[in-house]
Amino acid sequence: MNNKIFPIIVISFFIFIFFIFFKGLNNSNTYKPSDNENKIIPKFSAYTFFDNKLVYSDNIFNQKKFYLLNIWSSWCLPCREEHPLIMNLKENSKIEIIGLNYKDKDKNAKKFINDLGNPYSKILLDEDGTKAIEWGAYGVPETFLIFENKIIKKYIGPLNSELILEIESFVK
Amino acid sequence: MKILKLIFITFLVFSLNYLNADEIDFQNKITKNLRCLICQGQSVYDSDSEFAISVKLVVKNKINAGLSEKEIYNFLTEKYGEWILYDPKLNKNTYILWFLPLLIFLFGGAIVIKKFINIR
Repeated sequence: MNNKIFPIIVISFFIFIFFIFFKGLNNSNTYKPSDNENKIIPKFSAYTFFDNKLVYSDNIFNQKKFYLLNIWSSWCLPCREEHPLIMNLKENSKIEIIGLNYKDKDKNAKKFINDLGNPYSKILLDEDGTKAIEWGAYGVPETFLIFENKIIKKYIGPLNSELILEIESFVK
Repeated sequence: MKILKLIFITFLVFSLNYLNADEIDFQNKITKNLRCLICQGQSVYDSDSEFAISVKLVVKNKINAGLSEKEIYNFLTEKYGEWILYDPKLNKNTYILWFLPLLIFLFGGAIVIKKFINIR
């Protein structure tokens, strides 16, 4: 009797293990951060890029309209690529574009804006990258669509024309 | 007198060192348990990427602001999700992970006890 039960337990145990691993095989093992969680935007204060004044986030995102926070840097090549698209988005009056200058040198950032144009209504400074962490950002470029103090959508990496269309469809 | 002064100064230097090291140890303990999300298989402590440098700075600022280890983890999981922690929390997605070793241990123990009784 004892000899019969033991193999059954072992076999059922291995079947159990097999199913766990088999189920695990179907799961994707690449991590993908969720991009629309309706998180409330963080509270922070930052210095502005041109006149070096201290501003609070409460006074920036306080109106009932769409805001686009774009994290950029002059040393970041994809930022250069997406910049013309953001310049075009500036024409859309329903959306206010705010820049967050990430770990940049003042001189280089000013040159970037002078060369490629300024689509931002405000540019905030993030010299040590801590403000980007408050936002839950991974790096540059990264873009957040904000409405009523909530992050509606997060775009990691450069924007392309399809994503711009998506943003415009949100804003409509 | 001179020796006394020297001893006093060395004592002072060492005690200051100790304080500072303690704080860095605490910061390292936290950053070692944080995954560098943009690196492959590295902790925030190990990495020198822009992301990791910023996270280290944020952790340091939070420690200085008087937050506890748990509060810092909560802050970061709120921003980046559970994935940033190396030590997964117990929830419905991870209970197999936590209880399977225990189950295997009990199973093995049962076999050993059974054999032991049989021998007797």
